[in-house]
Amino acid sequence: MSSLKYFTNGLLKENPTFVLVLGTCPTLAVTTAAFNGIGMGAATTFVLVFSNMFIAMLKSYIPDKVRIAAFIVVIATFVTIVDLVMKAFVPDIYKTLGIFIPLIVVNCIILGRAEAFAQKNEVKASILDGLGMGLGFTLAITVMGSIREVLGNGSIFNIPLVAENAKTMLLFILPPGAFITYGYLIAIFNRVKAKYNV
Amino acid sequence: MEFINIIILALIVNNVVLAQFLGICPFLGVSNKVGTSIGMGAAVIFVMALANFVTYFINFYILVPLHIEFMVTICFIFIIAFLVQVVEIILKKATPSLYQALGIYLPLITTNCAVLGIAILAIQKNYNLVQSVVYASATAVGFTLAMILMAGIREQMELTGVPKGMKGFPISLITAGLLSLAFMGFSGLVK
Repeated sequence: MSSLKYFTNGLLKENPTFVLVLGTCPTLAVTTAAFNGIGMGAATTFVLVFSNMFIAMLKSYIPDKVRIAAFIVVIATFVTIVDLVMKAFVPDIYKTLGIFIPLIVVNCIILGRAEAFAQKNEVKASILDGLGMGLGFTLAITVMGSIREVLGNGSIFNIPLVAENAKTMLLFILPPGAFITYGYLIAIFNRVKAKYNV
Repeated sequence: MEFINIIILALIVNNVVLAQFLGICPFLGVSNKVGTSIGMGAAVIFVMALANFVTYFINFYILVPLHIEFMVTICFIFIIAFLVQVVEIILKKATPSLYQALGIYLPLITTNCAVLGIAILAIQKNYNLVQSVVYASATAVGFTLAMILMAGIREQMELTGVPKGMKGFPISLITAGLLSLAFMGFSGLVK
């Protein structure tokens, strides 16, 4: 497999959000606006790339029996770094994402990739895999955030699309809208994938 | 009155799955049958109450005096993973029948983000020990409630003709959305 394939695998073929259906909690919780999707995606991508990189580097030193615990230490370290950096430099986004920043540590995408990919592959491939998966996740939650923001708030990336007093479908900003949007997006993604055979 | 408030808020108004989006993975993954949902729910109630009890002491007797509150994520995830292991070993020895029933669900709980999330939230909300444990138990019961409701609906749904493209995750998510809509009716029940 060429190195480019490691990267594109996460974007479409094994998209973590729409195909593997991993990391569902942040996907549903933070996608009330398109910007949140980018913030959450960037934080997750950072952790994913670095944890994949370090696990691939350390794989020959980690005893097999305690590997999950060792992976969690690596992941939790990078999550703490992201947590402190975001608190210091982007306090607004940090406040909106709230509890879901420390919870990146239990995001199944990250532990899943460590277990399924990084511990079996070399460093370069693991970094590319982390980057692809991270961007696939970012793209997916930004699309979902945009849809919910347009329908629920009548704006996209905070740019208003409708008149100020116009009625919007508030439901899509509220929790039920998250479930319903995500359900339909998976259905559409499956249909498109089946039709074009990607 | 204060405890009743915490319980109603955690149980139905801010239901952990349907309003706060924590623990979605087991919610979607294990809610196929009512029986398995009850098993998973029982394991979660047990671990969550215990986790909040232990993390309270860890936070106020180790992290705060040493001024290393930023270590909260690393510490808590370890405590939870450790607790799950301990609970598993004890159950295996003490009550093999309960272990048989809960066994497969216990390891899954480590990655249930609701456990870590509620432990961190209880610290952020400045709850004392009793409040924290009550909050965790009520939240876990709320989780079980949502799982059982969902499993009941999914058992019925297997008998109906769901369109091919909607089978599996899509229809489950839309069902969860409708459940969440129903739970929104409880908002404003308590202040």
